[in-house]
Amino acid sequence: MASSHDMSKHVRAYVAVFAALAVFTVLTVGASLIHVSTPIHVSIALIIAAIKASLVAAIFMHLKWEKASVLWGVLVLCAVFFVVLMFLPVLTAQDTPPQVHLGSWG
Amino acid sequence: MSIAVLPYTVKPHPVTGLNSGKFGTWLFLASEVMLFGALFSSYILLRVGAPAEGPTAWPGHAETHLSWKIGGFNTLVLIVSSVTMVMAWASLKMNDLAKAKRYIWITIALALVFLVVKLVFEYLPKFSDGYVPAKSNFFGIYFTLTGLHGLHIVGGIIVMLYLVGPGSHLWVKDQEYYTNRIECTGLYWHFVDLVWIFLFPVFYLM
Repeated sequence: MASSHDMSKHVRAYVAVFAALAVFTVLTVGASLIHVSTPIHVSIALIIAAIKASLVAAIFMHLKWEKASVLWGVLVLCAVFFVVLMFLPVLTAQDTPPQVHLGSWG
Repeated sequence: MSIAVLPYTVKPHPVTGLNSGKFGTWLFLASEVMLFGALFSSYILLRVGAPAEGPTAWPGHAETHLSWKIGGFNTLVLIVSSVTMVMAWASLKMNDLAKAKRYIWITIALALVFLVVKLVFEYLPKFSDGYVPAKSNFFGIYFTLTGLHGLHIVGGIIVMLYLVGPGSHLWVKDQEYYTNRIECTGLYWHFVDLVWIFLFPVFYLM
């Protein structure tokens, strides 16, 4: 078991992350109320979400203290497939719609 | 009849360097990333593929009637519940079962608050106004993703109720084993919070 001293360091980190998550939540709402172009708007929202997610994974999920290489292997593999998934919709841009004669509907 | 004892619930497995509960939980979470990832990918396809104008165009906030105030409130509820969950684990590490149980009960209560807010202030009014999944692609993917996320909250509540109730007898037999179970539950719970961190901007802000 970890000593109380070690744990009090952990607890301080948890409180700090909580404060950061609350601040980023306010920031992301605030940023969404400013009128900017959609790509900038979406980028800001996703960057803030990624920062929040990283904080949760690193501190609450203890990844900061994990050293097992098999775990990191799983995570890297997971990340690679996740990126592939996110780019799958891009492939549909290569689709050529079949030439349909719309006839009287057109 | 002999009872099979699960190996490496406390000590790290010599091959993985992790106790098997934690490794198994991470593998499960990797599969969860794929499950939610596929649906996020579907969201991108539906949104990017929607026409710029007309009845099937992607709706703006004025048309979806999703309130960032309700979504933001629920975001904070889940963040606080993540803190109380990790504090339950920290309390067990400091040999304080009573305190850990209090934190787990608070986490369960917050999870219920999230579900009630989602149901009473969002789903039910949406349904009665005719905003059902069949209304549009937006509401189809909105209800699919938030519904699946809501089911994960329900699953988390069931596991926490077990561990704070009958499952807590394990503490008497093997403190570290019980502490590891709470840590694994926490990993899952933080993941559910993490998914919401993306769902909130995607549906309420963008």
